[in-house]
Amino acid sequence: MEMTGEQRIAASRETVWQALNDPDVLRQSIPGAETVDKVSDTEFTATVTAKVGPVKAKFKGNVALSDIDPPNGYTISGEGKGGAAGFGKGEAKVTLTEDGGDTVLSYAVTASVGGKLAQIGSRLIDGVAKKMADDFFTTFNEIVAAGTAPTAGEAAVEAAPEDVTAAALEAADRAVEEVRQARGANPWVWVGGLILVVVLVLIYFSRS
Amino acid sequence: MTEGTGIGAPVRRKEDKRFITGKGRYLDDINRTGQAYAYFLRSPHAHAKINGIDVAAAKASSGVVAVLTGAELAADQIGPLICGWAITQKNGEPHNAPAHPALAVDKVRYVGDHVAIVIADSLAEAKDAAEKIEVDYQELPPVVDIASALADGAPQVHDDVAGNLCYDWELGDKAATDAAFSGAHHVAKLDLVNNRLIPNAMEPRAALADYDSGIDELTLYTTSQNPHVARLVLAAFNGIAPENKLRVIAPDVGGGFGSKIFIYAEELCCLWAARKINRPVKWTGERSESFMADAHGRDHVTTAELALDQEGKFLAMRVSTMANFGAYLSTFATAVPSYLYGTLLAGQYTTPAIYCEVKGGFTNTAPVDAYRGAGRPEATYVVERLVEVAARDMGIDPAELRKRNFVAPDAFPYQTPVIMAYDSGNYQLSLDKAMEMINASGFAQRKADSESRGKLRGLGYSAYIEACGIAPSAAVGSLGAGVGLWESGQIRFNPTGSVTIYTGSHSHGQGHETTFAQLVSDHLGVPIENIEVSHGDTGTVPFGMGTYGSRSLAVGGSAIMKAADKIVEKSKKIAAHLMEAAVEDVEHSRGVFSVAGTDKSVTIAEVAFTAYVPHNYPEGLEPGLDETAFYDPLNFTFPAGTHIAEVEIDPATGVVEVADWAAVDDFGNIINPMIVEGQVHGGIAQGVGQALLENTVYDKETGQLVTGSYMDYCMPRADDLPSFKVETTNTPCPHNPLGVKGCGEAGAIAAPAALMNAITNALGKEIDMPATPEKVWQAAQTAQAAE
Repeated sequence: MEMTGEQRIAASRETVWQALNDPDVLRQSIPGAETVDKVSDTEFTATVTAKVGPVKAKFKGNVALSDIDPPNGYTISGEGKGGAAGFGKGEAKVTLTEDGGDTVLSYAVTASVGGKLAQIGSRLIDGVAKKMADDFFTTFNEIVAAGTAPTAGEAAVEAAPEDVTAAALEAADRAVEEVRQARGANPWVWVGGLILVVVLVLIYFSRS
Repeated sequence: MTEGTGIGAPVRRKEDKRFITGKGRYLDDINRTGQAYAYFLRSPHAHAKINGIDVAAAKASSGVVAVLTGAELAADQIGPLICGWAITQKNGEPHNAPAHPALAVDKVRYVGDHVAIVIADSLAEAKDAAEKIEVDYQELPPVVDIASALADGAPQVHDDVAGNLCYDWELGDKAATDAAFSGAHHVAKLDLVNNRLIPNAMEPRAALADYDSGIDELTLYTTSQNPHVARLVLAAFNGIAPENKLRVIAPDVGGGFGSKIFIYAEELCCLWAARKINRPVKWTGERSESFMADAHGRDHVTTAELALDQEGKFLAMRVSTMANFGAYLSTFATAVPSYLYGTLLAGQYTTPAIYCEVKGGFTNTAPVDAYRGAGRPEATYVVERLVEVAARDMGIDPAELRKRNFVAPDAFPYQTPVIMAYDSGNYQLSLDKAMEMINASGFAQRKADSESRGKLRGLGYSAYIEACGIAPSAAVGSLGAGVGLWESGQIRFNPTGSVTIYTGSHSHGQGHETTFAQLVSDHLGVPIENIEVSHGDTGTVPFGMGTYGSRSLAVGGSAIMKAADKIVEKSKKIAAHLMEAAVEDVEHSRGVFSVAGTDKSVTIAEVAFTAYVPHNYPEGLEPGLDETAFYDPLNFTFPAGTHIAEVEIDPATGVVEVADWAAVDDFGNIINPMIVEGQVHGGIAQGVGQALLENTVYDKETGQLVTGSYMDYCMPRADDLPSFKVETTNTPCPHNPLGVKGCGEAGAIAAPAALMNAITNALGKEIDMPATPEKVWQAAQTAQAAE
């Protein structure tokens, strides 16, 4: 799956950057994100619970940052494992540019799923990913525009990328777990796996 | 049509009562006390190195009895899985046969490859534990299509198979063929893809292995088309148990289409595990597993050329094919695109020179093996589409072009340039009859009608031939087969005159319980309701090679007839004694033994009773009436015929409507015309599925199976099909006692070419299967734009 797009956020690049690096903001913005844990400066684990149709799934995953170029952008990549359910993985290049008082966030995502996720759900991944991205930016924009983002200092800025990653990872983890629980029950279960990918996508966005 | 229950009568299938009332006994209906449940952890990657497998957490999981991996399998010296047909390459070398472990050891090579088996008290617990297995995969680039796999620089599926090449094989006289081409008036050429299919038997594969430690014996219940072959391979090659300590039972099996011939990893692992844990182990495949890991069918890429003279006589044919074997060689994979394919390229024609070369290779996809028709549909598809192209090129009516080249009815036996010696046939008779049934002469009017409504209309022929009754053992042995292909039959009279037939053929939808009972009822005069047919159990049936290649009646039925002859021979001695006559004066007709020129007679029921209660009995004759025979065919049989499809296409939507279908098949003598017609219907439906709907797609980049469920893999339904017009012609097979040829695969062999010839006739443009609305629409648009 490939997806590109951009979002205009009514806030300065500084504010957006801070918000993207604020684990609380991310947790609120990523649909279903439960935990975001930092493993190292550029690696995180995350758990995300997501619901698609009748199925709720939990994915656990790992996310890593590379090509970090503050405040212009970076590449974020992640993988979530679902055991017998298969796997999802993705990569996003994210860039932030100033435009007047606003910030334009652009992203180019490639993601793929494997095993049962691909077997049952490959047709659904695009729709799920786009919906998740929309949900993320709607929430993110609301939070940032409302000024609820932490005003926070440098520490937040530095930590944030990692938190984001972590969120993605955790999201992935939880999704995986839920897939496990639901395994074999229903094709919709596998759709849950797709959510992991979407989550990773979102995280990418947040990172930039 | 014959009345009653004898040969030629449309007797209702005895087995259907239990099938349609839910009383069939399929594998998942069988349970053993104390059984544990197996779940296979499969590879999510198309190609990856396994750096390690951590099963500690899985072993500690609730209810888990065992978690076993490829390393333990290898340590116990179980397997590997084998391919039973050796092919000699062009250069004289044997084909390349990489190791095929039942559980992956160092690498996984397709999505669905077996990584570990988890055995637990319940299936849910086995699945939960499988989630806890940590496999450290190092992904490698995959290759999924055969052309890419055979190209320079392709990822290597097996380190020890250079260039992914299993074999480079040839058949026919290259020099004579090339010479004929160089002098040809016209050369017709066609590039074809024979799309990969997933078998989709209604019942998924399953296995239940039971170990009796008291007698050290294993019993395997399995969804097999050939339980004795499974036992032979598992015992002789896989190290499971000696044949006398292994019983294989294939109960009611819900469809096979070839996919249940093979010996797979799952049943092997269940047997191994059952002995290891000393408990019965049961595995039932899920539909997703069927998609991923049942052996697929077809998957050829072919370039074919036909050389013709000015009159349209075929001078020579040249065929170059690449065949995809998937990641490993399945049980009979190597034979399918070689000796089951190249040998049928003469079709129904007198083409004097034929040269065929086939490169078979490995990819990161599921193994590919025999699927309904197995090589012969691929051959018919090449020949019949190419003949149609030649007719269009030269402006000759396609039926007329075929007639000019048919082997004449008085030319049999007819030796082709590609090994086969056709036994009997009348090809023009089938063609003429089919043209009459579909009213071919009225096609121009129907086409004009369609055009007046803005539709396209096409008529397509397929004059197919196949080789059935597989097979004369010495002949196939000389071509590399690892087994003989005879069949056994046993007729056991009970003291009260009822009969049990034991056959090595296996019925998984073919209606043997009815057809074989008809044979014996007709021949020995036993009422059909007093005859049972027993099959599928190595513990009760003497021996057998199973059911595939439309062989059951021609080979298995012939064995039963031989056993019946032995029954008659012995019965005559008993009857002669009872009637106080000389044996040579006793005549037999349908279970009645009489003395010529007298009114003396006894029935076979009286004979049977006497045989088991031998108070008044011929001196020196053994008691009992129970005879076994083995039959090894003298030749293949060669069913042939013509199918004609008529289609109407809406160029605005690309939807193809199969408007009409005429099928005329020469199956030799017919035992049960209703069952034959059912086989033809099913075969055509499968062929229509291949031509219009079905396709197996692996993602080129990732090697993931994209068409892995019914959301993406489209099977034919009743509303995709017209009401078929089905007739037979009956040129008896001269070399088996029944004069029968075999009908199980003909529809699937004939149909794809007939339908694609009709579609391309309507479009005026060549396209590949499946002719989906998108593909047809695009062709219709470009054809219109070109006008």
